[in-house]
Amino acid sequence: MATRAQFEANVMQHLDAAYNLARWLARNDADAQDVTQEAALRAFRYYDGFRGGDARVWLLAIVRNTFYSLHASNAAAITESYDEALHQRADECTPDPEALALRSSDAEQVRAALERLPSEYREVLALREFEECSYKEIASITGLKIGTVMSRLARARERLAAELIGTESTP
Amino acid sequence: MNCTEARALLHGYLDDELDAARSAEIAQHLSTCAECMARYRALENLQQSLRMPHLRHAAPSALAARIRAHLPDETPVRMQRRSWRWPALSAALAASLLIAVAITGWQAVQLRAHGADALVTEAVSDHVRSLLAAHLIDVRSSDQHTVKPWFDGRLDFSPQVKDLGAQGFELIGGRLDVLGDERVAALVYKRHLHMINLFQWPANGAASEEPTEQTRNGYHAIGWREGGMQFLAVSDTADLNAFVQDFRAAVPLGSEPR
Repeated sequence: MATRAQFEANVMQHLDAAYNLARWLARNDADAQDVTQEAALRAFRYYDGFRGGDARVWLLAIVRNTFYSLHASNAAAITESYDEALHQRADECTPDPEALALRSSDAEQVRAALERLPSEYREVLALREFEECSYKEIASITGLKIGTVMSRLARARERLAAELIGTESTP
Repeated sequence: MNCTEARALLHGYLDDELDAARSAEIAQHLSTCAECMARYRALENLQQSLRMPHLRHAAPSALAARIRAHLPDETPVRMQRRSWRWPALSAALAASLLIAVAITGWQAVQLRAHGADALVTEAVSDHVRSLLAAHLIDVRSSDQHTVKPWFDGRLDFSPQVKDLGAQGFELIGGRLDVLGDERVAALVYKRHLHMINLFQWPANGAASEEPTEQTRNGYHAIGWREGGMQFLAVSDTADLNAFVQDFRAAVPLGSEPR
């Protein structure tokens, strides 16, 4: 039986990581706080079943599952409203180095472009770039194969690059 | 290493996920190819721009306090946990079903909008990647009775797996892959030294279509639709036409007498 002290020491220290993933998935603060709180409480209930290993990876997997279970209908809405035709540039997938160099300095543009991506791309980018997870860690958080993690990251970056170039050419 | 191979692995290189030998090959290629180098720099640039500190959200301080206020002093004992776990499991199951339904509805729209050309380009790039990274074959078996059941439960459709050994196409294995954001089955066959990737996924009611061939960077790609499934075969072998003919003519697993 685990006590709060153990949970505090092993899990609560990763609250920033948990919130960051929830925030990028939910795309707003209120939902992200709900998801993080629910995930932390679930983690506490599951904590007896946690058999060591990386507590951060374990918590992030719970955050992700919590988001999709609380926001199943939202997730569907997000996916459906994502209009592929408007984003076809991404499939041409040749990030133009100069266009990227121009855009990269503007954090607000990057944030907005990232938020326009579908959740499956936002989550791999958030895990890789913000939490600096390895492919193996991302695979265990998302349940994807390592090979799929690599190809999804590649597509996520291509999409993001296209989004950034797209916003630049829009007046 | 040529440009196609290098580009397939550029993200792995950027993320420092390749083995030393492969990294050295990429570094060597980048030092001699200005175009790939520019592409790599663009990716580095993109990564840098994502790693600006204020893009990472820190938890509001009130959140930790609120969570602590809700935590009991001890985790529940086993019996309580079990009674809680079942509803949680079924909620998770319901959620994943909902997502699956949403994705299926979305695929039909998505595939239409998604240019067939972009799909072929992506399939070729998946093909190249599968040749380079050994872990991209998830189930390694020449036995169709091993490969087919492996896919069941991992996909919401059942791919056609056929034994073409007699025709000179040896089944090597299979893996899950993604094409145009869609989970697809990839079967890997081998003809002499040439690998063939056969991607397949549900056609979502689209009408059957005879095979058409395209070429990308020296790779052949043949796509066709039949029996409610979309097929896309990719290889560098000139025998790909024969492969497609043989595959279509062969009896699928499950309908032949055991």
